Amino acid sequence: MRRANLNSWLLAAPLTGVLFVFLILPILLIVAVSFWSADEFSFRPDFQFGNYEYLFGSAVAWKVFGLTFMMSVIVWALTLAIGFTIAFFLAFHVRTQKWQMVLFLLTTIPFWTSNIIRMISWIPLLGKNGLVNQTLIGAGLINEPLQWLLYSSFSVCLAFVHLYTLFMVVPIFNTMMRIDKSLIEAARDGGASGFQILTNVIIPLSKPGIMIGSIFVIALVMSDFVTTRFMSGSQLANVGRLISNDIGLLQYPSAAATAVVLLITVLLIIGAMLRLVDIRKEL
Amino acid sequence: MEKRPASFYILGTFFALFMLFLYGPTITIAILSFQGAEGGLTFPMRGVSLNWFRELFMEQAVGDIWGSFRRSLTLGLMVMVTTVVVSVMAGLAFRRRFPGSTVLFYLVIGALVIPSILVSLGIGLLFDRTGIGSHWATSAFGAHLTWTLPFGILIMFAVFNRFNPAYEEAARDQGASTWQVFAHVVLPLIAPALVGVALFGFTLSYDEIARTILVSGSRNTLPLEIWGMTTNVTSPVLYALGTLTTVFSLSLVGLVILSVTIMQRRRARNGSDAGKGMV
Repeated sequence: MRRANLNSWLLAAPLTGVLFVFLILPILLIVAVSFWSADEFSFRPDFQFGNYEYLFGSAVAWKVFGLTFMMSVIVWALTLAIGFTIAFFLAFHVRTQKWQMVLFLLTTIPFWTSNIIRMISWIPLLGKNGLVNQTLIGAGLINEPLQWLLYSSFSVCLAFVHLYTLFMVVPIFNTMMRIDKSLIEAARDGGASGFQILTNVIIPLSKPGIMIGSIFVIALVMSDFVTTRFMSGSQLANVGRLISNDIGLLQYPSAAATAVVLLITVLLIIGAMLRLVDIRKEL
Repeated sequence: MEKRPASFYILGTFFALFMLFLYGPTITIAILSFQGAEGGLTFPMRGVSLNWFRELFMEQAVGDIWGSFRRSLTLGLMVMVTTVVVSVMAGLAFRRRFPGSTVLFYLVIGALVIPSILVSLGIGLLFDRTGIGSHWATSAFGAHLTWTLPFGILIMFAVFNRFNPAYEEAARDQGASTWQVFAHVVLPLIAPALVGVALFGFTLSYDEIARTILVSGSRNTLPLEIWGMTTNVTSPVLYALGTLTTVFSLSLVGLVILSVTIMQRRRARNGSDAGKGMV
């Protein structure tokens, strides 16, 4: 028993080491720095709650946290609806395994390419002189180019859906493929309609996949700053940008305090979701 | 064959539209990267040329694309190898419960869901405060591992959850040592999954921005270089670069799919001799 434990520990040691140095230590340091004090030019070790007091007293910060949460909910709902539909089509409507595999690969391949390039790719479509505006003007539907297509909340949301729907499709498809087809047959024999089979059999049994996908999407959107900055042309704020702006101004203690609050928020949300699913069993 | 229900056609159309949404933008910039020398960032095409690709290979007015590409390539390979080795070891460890395994598992999930900017900020502060100084091969390397290892380990979980221990027992009964069991039984069986882990390790590192942004030191990785270019480059050269890196990533994926297919074919051909021996 002892020996077996030692063996496991040795095998887990590299992972533990990496996570200790590059995850635990940095987080502890952020927590420590969040209590430091700073002026315009420098910051120094201290233990005071000024950074948190300032953060919680700032109407802007509350609003930005609210906006970030709203964006997460909207993107979550959209990616879930689209991701579920795609997974459902692949798992239950594509009949041969070969085609299932091919179409599944086709949905996942963009994941392996650069996110920043995929964001840049929207410029020629959504820009002021972009393809969408050209088409709409050409069709006589509008006279002036639509300004809200690019560098707006719309384009940020669109990019999130574009980048992250995949994180829904993969786990949901994975759980759907494990649903025993005889359960569906039994439901059909019992007289259930297609819609009833969907709501009473497939959706409940796909729940673990839905939870895992939701965890990914919410964690990614809550803590994003790259997509929001690029796709909004620096016009839209979210918590990640609040932090990165502070860093840009060398206000590390203030950035650290915001980061700690963001971390706690994300962990609370994810923690609540993890109670509903046992990830280790679902892999 | 059974007649297809109406829902098949509706969902099929939805799937096709989703594919257009997924690939449309990428195809658009691929076309626009062949924009003529006079052309701009949007349609119409003003002629067709290789002008913007040529510009990529010339002495650069902006940034250091090839230097950053070399750094990203090296870093990606370092992260890839480390991710595979560490994930396999941890995957083996997690096959049985050991004191601390639950905590370690939640740490792995934590590394996955933790806001990337915290990793960046924290590691940046750590390397700054200790006086080591950030460098793409040290601090950025560690930052990337916090992102690639969870994927690698989750894949190892999926692999070992389905792993049949009978093969190992058989080998052990024949007198194989622990190392021989691993090298000759376990490793060949999990090899296709490891190719997948390697692909995750390389591409997630190769494309990473958020966890690199404060920890790459004085020299940029390729995604950071592109990120910087988005604010000051307004010519299709950006599209040409995007097209090239996308082609690069896609060929990697193709290579992986090909090698996994070959491995599975070979296994199907030579795998089992059950029922073929003398009875």
